[in-house]
Amino acid sequence: MAEQFEPRIIAFVCNWCTYTAADNAGVSRMEQPPNVDIIRVMCSGRIEPAFILKAFALGADGVIVSGCHPPGDCHYANGNFKTFRRMPLVEQLLAQFGIEKERFHWGWISGAEAVKWAQLTHEFTERIRALGPLNWSRQLESKEE
Amino acid sequence: MAHNGKLKLGLYWAASCGGCEIAVVELREKILLLDEAAEILFWPVAMDFKVKDVEAMPDGHMDVCLFNGAIRTSENEHMAHLLRRKSKVLVAFGSCAYEGCIPGLANFFEKSSILRRVYLEVPTVENPEGIIPQPVTPVPEGEIEIPRFYNTVKTLGQVTDVDYFVPGCPPQPHQIWAVIEAILSGQLPPKGSVVGANEKTVCDECKRIREEKRIQKFYRYHEIIPDPERCLLEQGIICAGVATRGGCGALCPTVNQPCRGCYGPPPNVTDQGAALLSAVASVVDADTEEEAARIVGEILDPAGTFYRFSLPASTLHRARVE
Repeated sequence: MAEQFEPRIIAFVCNWCTYTAADNAGVSRMEQPPNVDIIRVMCSGRIEPAFILKAFALGADGVIVSGCHPPGDCHYANGNFKTFRRMPLVEQLLAQFGIEKERFHWGWISGAEAVKWAQLTHEFTERIRALGPLNWSRQLESKEE
Repeated sequence: MAHNGKLKLGLYWAASCGGCEIAVVELREKILLLDEAAEILFWPVAMDFKVKDVEAMPDGHMDVCLFNGAIRTSENEHMAHLLRRKSKVLVAFGSCAYEGCIPGLANFFEKSSILRRVYLEVPTVENPEGIIPQPVTPVPEGEIEIPRFYNTVKTLGQVTDVDYFVPGCPPQPHQIWAVIEAILSGQLPPKGSVVGANEKTVCDECKRIREEKRIQKFYRYHEIIPDPERCLLEQGIICAGVATRGGCGALCPTVNQPCRGCYGPPPNVTDQGAALLSAVASVVDADTEEEAARIVGEILDPAGTFYRFSLPASTLHRARVE
């Protein structure tokens, strides 16, 4: 039998809300898939679209961006405003590059929502598993050349 | 240097429009100074040299080769390797060679759909037999071989080792002259540098008045008559100046046109499109998710707009087409 595909998922999460949720989920011993690699940044407004593209280019099968609930939860008052202004455009961009929209999730998880984080990691991992590998570097190999 | 003390120079075009060649001629009277200082050994557009003349040269024979155009076909790539071998200094000259430019937008499609569109579907094409060029075609006399058309447009730097990069579509003549002077004086920066451009963005050279950027609606060029004094981005026109290397003197904004981004990413930015997207989206005047999604949703063809000149050199290089 063929080996099961294990998706590689990169999650960019903000220090104050979603990282705290992920930390709480761990401390509370909630079961989470080992497929999600967390990159902690200070604010979701710090997550440049280039980070997301680089993750896909270097082999991620899915990318998560998560920060504090708008409008009022952001530690820096309105960093998450930058996030919700950029991410819909990133979605459009990924669609034009032929990357399925299911491979990119962005949203909000507060420090008190550890359960929501654990659920997201489960659901997202299974969704990507069903889609199969992205394997972006394969796109660059020559076809009929 | 040649026996007469002149610089041995070559110029070549691959997948390009010829605009870079025009830009060299745009040196105007300085072209005479160029002729005084340099012995041109290869320049297919302007002078009668053949590829076999280049093949006959010893390796490293030419001092400098200015190579414009992207790598679209196997012939482009063959010439890139040949000229690399025959030149001491190989310069990716202009946006196509540097980052893929307009020909690189073809990377949103794939070979078969491009050939189908160009040879079968375009309304002005008459091709009743549905002939699409093949790399090898049998004829009574034998076989005719033409260069292979690649699926992906590449930059010069992606197929061979490049010493310097000159941005611009086309490079501005005063910048070309500055590069030639630098070559002649031997005052060249470290290998791999971008030359003939500035270290800051186009905004730094733009004289328009900048106030606060709060965009409620994006306009295409034909939908608005812009205020000639104010920052174009503030008026809702996508101007790439914020994510583009300076050096042109903000040529387009000066004549009321938005910067299109032809000088490529500024220093320390690798992905111009992502940087431009980031800059444009963050100044949208929306305080709710729905409002933000509605405003940015009105941008037509974001990928083509943000990566107009830099798709092959970008992080993802091309689109995935199933």
